[in-house]
Amino acid sequence: MAGPTLLKESGPREVFCGLTSIVWLHRRMPDAFFLVVGSRTCAHLIQSAAGVMIFAEPRFGTAILSERDLAGLADAHDELDRVCKELLQRRPEIRTLFLVGSCPSEVIKLDLARAAERLNVELVGRVRVVNYSGSGIETTFTQGEDGALAALVPLLPASDERQLLMVGTLADAVEDRLTHLFKRIGIETISSLPPRQSTDLPAVGTGTTVLLTQPFLTETARLLRDRGATVLTAPFPLGAEGSRRWMEAAAAAFHLPDERVATVLDPLMDRARSALAPHRAVLEGKRIFLLPESQLELPLARFLQRECGMELVEVGTPYLNREQMAAELALLPDDTPVMEGQHVEQQLDRVRASQPDLVVCGMGLANPLEAEGIATKWSIELVFSPIHGIDQAGDLAELFSRPLRRRQLIRPGLHPSSPDHPVHA
Amino acid sequence: MQLTLWTYEGPPHVGAMRIAASMRGVHYVLHAPQGDTYADLLFTMIERRGQRPPVTYTTFQARDLGGDTAELVKRHVREAVDRFQPDALLVGESCTAELIQDQPGALAQGMGLTMPVVNLELPAYSKKENWGAAETFYQLVRNLLKTQVPTEVEHDPKSWQNQGRRPRVNLLGPSLLGFRCRDDVLEVQKLLTMHGIDVGVVAPLEADIDDLKRIPDADLNVCLYPEIAESTCSWLERNFGMPFSRTVPIGVGATHDFLVEVHSLLGLESPAPDEGYRRSRLPWYSESVDSTYLTGKRVFIFGDGTHALAAARICSEELGFTVVGLGTYSREMARPVRAAAKALGLEALICDDYLAVEAAMEEAAPELVLGTQMERHSAKRLGIPCAVISTPMHVQDVPARMSPQMGWEGANVIFDDWVHPLMMGLEEHLIGMFRHDFEFVDGHQSHLGHTGGAGAADHSGLSDIPEKGDGTLHWTEDGEAELKKIPFFVRGKVRRNTEAYARDVGCREISSETLYDAKAHFTA
Repeated sequence: MAGPTLLKESGPREVFCGLTSIVWLHRRMPDAFFLVVGSRTCAHLIQSAAGVMIFAEPRFGTAILSERDLAGLADAHDELDRVCKELLQRRPEIRTLFLVGSCPSEVIKLDLARAAERLNVELVGRVRVVNYSGSGIETTFTQGEDGALAALVPLLPASDERQLLMVGTLADAVEDRLTHLFKRIGIETISSLPPRQSTDLPAVGTGTTVLLTQPFLTETARLLRDRGATVLTAPFPLGAEGSRRWMEAAAAAFHLPDERVATVLDPLMDRARSALAPHRAVLEGKRIFLLPESQLELPLARFLQRECGMELVEVGTPYLNREQMAAELALLPDDTPVMEGQHVEQQLDRVRASQPDLVVCGMGLANPLEAEGIATKWSIELVFSPIHGIDQAGDLAELFSRPLRRRQLIRPGLHPSSPDHPVHA
Repeated sequence: MQLTLWTYEGPPHVGAMRIAASMRGVHYVLHAPQGDTYADLLFTMIERRGQRPPVTYTTFQARDLGGDTAELVKRHVREAVDRFQPDALLVGESCTAELIQDQPGALAQGMGLTMPVVNLELPAYSKKENWGAAETFYQLVRNLLKTQVPTEVEHDPKSWQNQGRRPRVNLLGPSLLGFRCRDDVLEVQKLLTMHGIDVGVVAPLEADIDDLKRIPDADLNVCLYPEIAESTCSWLERNFGMPFSRTVPIGVGATHDFLVEVHSLLGLESPAPDEGYRRSRLPWYSESVDSTYLTGKRVFIFGDGTHALAAARICSEELGFTVVGLGTYSREMARPVRAAAKALGLEALICDDYLAVEAAMEEAAPELVLGTQMERHSAKRLGIPCAVISTPMHVQDVPARMSPQMGWEGANVIFDDWVHPLMMGLEEHLIGMFRHDFEFVDGHQSHLGHTGGAGAADHSGLSDIPEKGDGTLHWTEDGEAELKKIPFFVRGKVRRNTEAYARDVGCREISSETLYDAKAHFTA
């Protein structure tokens, strides 16, 4: 059967764990606090991954386990209660407290579900306490968001009202824009998970049609199905084509006339094409290698190949959910190597051997590759930037064309070609 | 269990990575889950290194825990050795692996590897980054040198005199992710060379295994950063009889003391006391008349032990500032910092809670803050000028230009770095003073911009809304007017003091007279 070549490898990985997703989740819900129950390493990871120092008291923190907590689990529960109360006293505006499991808390089997249950009884009416795991022994990077949203699903009120539910964190402006467009094509009721206020949870039921905005929400999708919702399978809303097909999937589920959808979306597509043109000029024919990290790799590869004319050397992904990715896989060229899992050393050997023009990778690998002369793009930037929707296609392409344009700009000046030939001759 | 929103130091295995990444030919196999690989970015992003740190993570997952994680460790050790062929191997674990007790170090030692294998046991639930770095450096040096330890210690640091060679010292302690280490090494090398003293080994920064084995060939060890190298220097002193210098040459006085100490240990005649005056610009710049305005400037100092101590001495003895707060997050250095604070009439703040540091800073009402990047943010919120003197590292702390802290040039760098923010602070004050002039265009901003936040507004007094007291006190119009004439950086403190005084004496209305009464009361 033709299609991409699905491969697997295992070995040392170079990826973030699920705790990292707190960095964008806490910004989405300003009335929520994310308390990691873990070690100094967890605390250091989040502050380092956030890249910048915090400018105000942050809405995430770590209850750092000490030797005393490891000695007796009963004490650890008392200690956790104490820390939570201390925190909530300090931050009375918090309405939802996420207790986030880590590698150490999982290994010592500290039962955060029980802790959440206990605290919920005590804090009823003031703060809702939920728990999930962001541990690196179970989750990779964006899977942390899946865990956080899955933890919210049981709390969603029930309603069988006909509605579209967009699931996955979006930048507020992008969410507004997509909601506006869905309304224009004729969908009346649209809500989002996660909501902008943690207490403003959307309802779910048999009338709910779910569109995933992100490809990494497998568990959340499963739980929503259990609540009666229909989860659509479509390409993800990255790039003009993917975004259009994503919106069309919703329109079809709501039985809206094709002409009406076309009337709204056609002008957007024209605009996206002209926005993409200058970037396509830079990217066309260039070879890209995507290392596994965010699970956005497949939709990005599809966009870069089909809309920007790039050649795919290898598409890594930490985890491949074939069912949810079926529409994406179908759009990749035959024989594209799709690598699930990682052996970072062997993968870097393949990067060096194939000499791609651009590599998408984590922050730990970017500068070493740049120093070897290979241009890079940080994968974490793609989860922070507003890249979803037809209107953002040009901006998304720009994230990839910028490193290549930059090289063209500064290389001649920084690497004079011959000793007696001036740069500006 | 401790609630931590932000931390000054990473876990101890990050300290071990700093040693491994500083050196050549050393590889570190770290038994750790996948998320712990974040630590690579500290080196490749913050320190802007073009190489990955030499670390192989076992990245075990939950499903591995049921099986043979020991075999997993051995497989990664084998692969790392085959691929990187290191001259020495460090093997250890991060916090999670410590709980599953695979003892990776012992496993690796039993694999019959040909290179030295150092088993690192760094307790992740009680120790921190700098301790981990010091322990790793010590274990590595001890492992490589233990066979060379003489049965009888007979090291003479003055023996160079009979051997027809120049005296030779090692510089121990500089590492990656240490504050300005790269430039300090060059500066100290220059300083020693000028005095006819050779530098033997610099370690761990850029050293290889053979360099470490040559450590005993020198006459003396220079302990440049006690946080990292003191335990190693002590061990070398006990086992090889090599003395080490304890003065950290940051500032004009300390650089002079350092030279005196090194010369005396090596049996050299002491350097001329006016060398600092001739070689550094700090002394003259500080004496010059335009520096008079620096006199008595209130300074709050917080950082690692080494840099906080150095800053306290420079501020009080070389710049004529008044130190109003001194503290460190380095618990290992608590004792000397407490002593230094006591000598300045202060109680030291030994603390790793940045919010408590911010509170102490606000309470001390300084005119300048010397701290870490976190204190820079706190100071910005409070509208106080700040210079960064210590780790934790930020990409801005690895400047492209040469900017050491140590030696004569280091003193120059310090003068500029610490005095310039004050000048800009003064500019802020002038904007406050002249904002009622008709030439003043609204929206005029200094470097502090409008990012100062609520704290800045309170302290700068740019906000016309008076702080609400407890309701029983009333500031008269003339009292408010007088208060506004007071420099912004102390206005908040004067307001609090005056109100406290008014309450004490049972006065409900605060006029300009009350303000002067309070001033006299508190300065008496």
